Amino acid sequence: MNQKVGIKLRWWLLGGSVLLLFLADLTAGSTQIPISEIVKIIFGFSPLDPIHADIIFNFRLPKTVTCVLTGSALSIAGLLMQTLFRNPLAGPDVFGLSSGAGLAVAFVVMAGLSSQLNVLTIPLAASIGCAGVFVLVFVAAQKIRNNVSILIIGLMIGATTSSIVSILQFFTQAESLQQFLIWTFGSISTLNWTEISFLAGVVLAACFALFVNIKSMNGWLLGESYAQSIGIQSKKVKTLAIVTTSILTGVVTSLCGPIAFVGLAVPHMTRILLGTTNHKNLLPGVIFLGSVLMLVCDILANMPGGGSVLPVNAMTSLIGAPIVVWILIRAKRVYV
Amino acid sequence: MYKEKEQDILFSVSDLKVGFRDHALFENLTLDLKAGELVCFMGPNGVGKSTLIKTLAGLHPPLSHLKGGLKGGEKKISVVLTDKIQVADMSVRELVSFGRYPYLGWNINLSSHDDEIVSRAIGQVRIQHLSEKKLFQLSDGQLQMAMIARALAQETPVLLLDEPTAHLDLNNRVEIMNLLLSLCKKERKAVLVSTHELDLALQTADLLWLAMNKTIKKGIPEDLVLNGALDELFQFKGFDLKTGKVQHSPHRSKHVGLKGEGAELLWTKNALERNGYQVSDRGIHVSISKAGNKFMWRVDEKIFDSISELLKHLDAVDR
Repeated sequence: MNQKVGIKLRWWLLGGSVLLLFLADLTAGSTQIPISEIVKIIFGFSPLDPIHADIIFNFRLPKTVTCVLTGSALSIAGLLMQTLFRNPLAGPDVFGLSSGAGLAVAFVVMAGLSSQLNVLTIPLAASIGCAGVFVLVFVAAQKIRNNVSILIIGLMIGATTSSIVSILQFFTQAESLQQFLIWTFGSISTLNWTEISFLAGVVLAACFALFVNIKSMNGWLLGESYAQSIGIQSKKVKTLAIVTTSILTGVVTSLCGPIAFVGLAVPHMTRILLGTTNHKNLLPGVIFLGSVLMLVCDILANMPGGGSVLPVNAMTSLIGAPIVVWILIRAKRVYV
Repeated sequence: MYKEKEQDILFSVSDLKVGFRDHALFENLTLDLKAGELVCFMGPNGVGKSTLIKTLAGLHPPLSHLKGGLKGGEKKISVVLTDKIQVADMSVRELVSFGRYPYLGWNINLSSHDDEIVSRAIGQVRIQHLSEKKLFQLSDGQLQMAMIARALAQETPVLLLDEPTAHLDLNNRVEIMNLLLSLCKKERKAVLVSTHELDLALQTADLLWLAMNKTIKKGIPEDLVLNGALDELFQFKGFDLKTGKVQHSPHRSKHVGLKGEGAELLWTKNALERNGYQVSDRGIHVSISKAGNKFMWRVDEKIFDSISELLKHLDAVDR
């Protein structure tokens, strides 16, 4: 009973920290805006200074909402991959999915297809790139049971795609090349509201698809044979995981550039925090904790002050990598 | 006379071909499992027992089969496999709850009825004290018991178990076989157990399935012992199945005559034969007597209070 109360408290703490960090992230930036003013603006009251409303609505709120969405999306993707592979080292960046997305975008942009670009072209290409790599790694995983070998295969695929991108860059005209390089610098602060609504739609759809399938994902943890023996269709789990993860990673990568370590670290932190392997709790857990991690990273990225902002992509590795190492040391063995 | 009723057959397949794409393990199998019957499935390693069990449970595609339901059997067939469970940070109770999954909706809410069944399954294998432990804290044997409880919680009429006693100590092995036997007899389940434990199989099984020459030979244990099918299957080297003993070739020419009764006679004979003596009514005369709960072995005028002392003496005489 005591433990149950403890778990409940942790949920409240998680939810509370998402809210607090959300507000804190809105205060971060070169212009000082007091919290009371921010709350006013969010709830639609007229602020003391109309410029503040402009800053919040056009700069800070989009970036903060993007943090929450990308943090959630990548953490869900990481959780799904770790469940599908039953491999604690799985994650969208470590298994080369992000590089697959990069390769696909490079093809589209540098082949000059970008002139008739639709808003959806690049996210779609990125998702297909992710799915391609995912299927490759998954097929390899069926043959090789060793977790570390699969990790190395993922890294090799990542290396291969990066070198193909370099070769493509060599043969590309300056104009297309510039467009591609701008994409690779993608950051969470450049999204407009249209892109954010698209991202939000994708994340919500993925959450819905996963919440109605928590039973299959839990069952999958027992291994394919046991899962089937309790009535779980393995084809459905595999398809769900591959499609959802690819779309989530593809869309996030195409809009914000590659963001490392969130997908790998957050599911582990969630398991340790909530002490569960049940997706019914893990799924909301990674959404909260993924948001927390991205918001913290963004707040830290704004620390230098004076108008200079560090790239959040660099912050996630800086924070995520030590967390993974700490978890490995603390838990001696990391379980899915 | 007991007449076999149609509804007693809980599971049947015919003309089943089992194996992998270019490698058939079993052909033309016609198998059935009856309510209240414990079947032990035996055969050497690598003969395909696990694949057959997975095929029967619908977890491995059959190469061909004529009739019988091999799919959608989650409410009909539960399994204990040799597959390793890779998820370790899960409690025993959670693991056993997976047995209820076929009966739960998408939001996997266990009703109080489901909770009761889970508790009962945990109680049946007597691991109540482990129910809140995490899987990584368990020994192989304890994990095996938890997997059996998981299968029991599925409440299926048919249970297929692949070497469920492999990691267990003797007490637990006997306990599991007795549990399976009582499930058969009291709850009229059909149970198939693959095992290498010949002694347990001979003493508990209603029926043996012997995997040999791409087919399965069926029969009650005693018949298969007497008609030599088990000898053919295992090709015992120096083990006499009909007496249930390992044969020792007497490497000493000494005969020992034994006089005594009961367990002490049996074990003295065992020790002597193991050490290469021939036990007959000739040779050195040993008589065993019992005083209270102590035994005495007398050779001529000498008295020994343990078999090991006796063996030392005989060895000295032998030189």
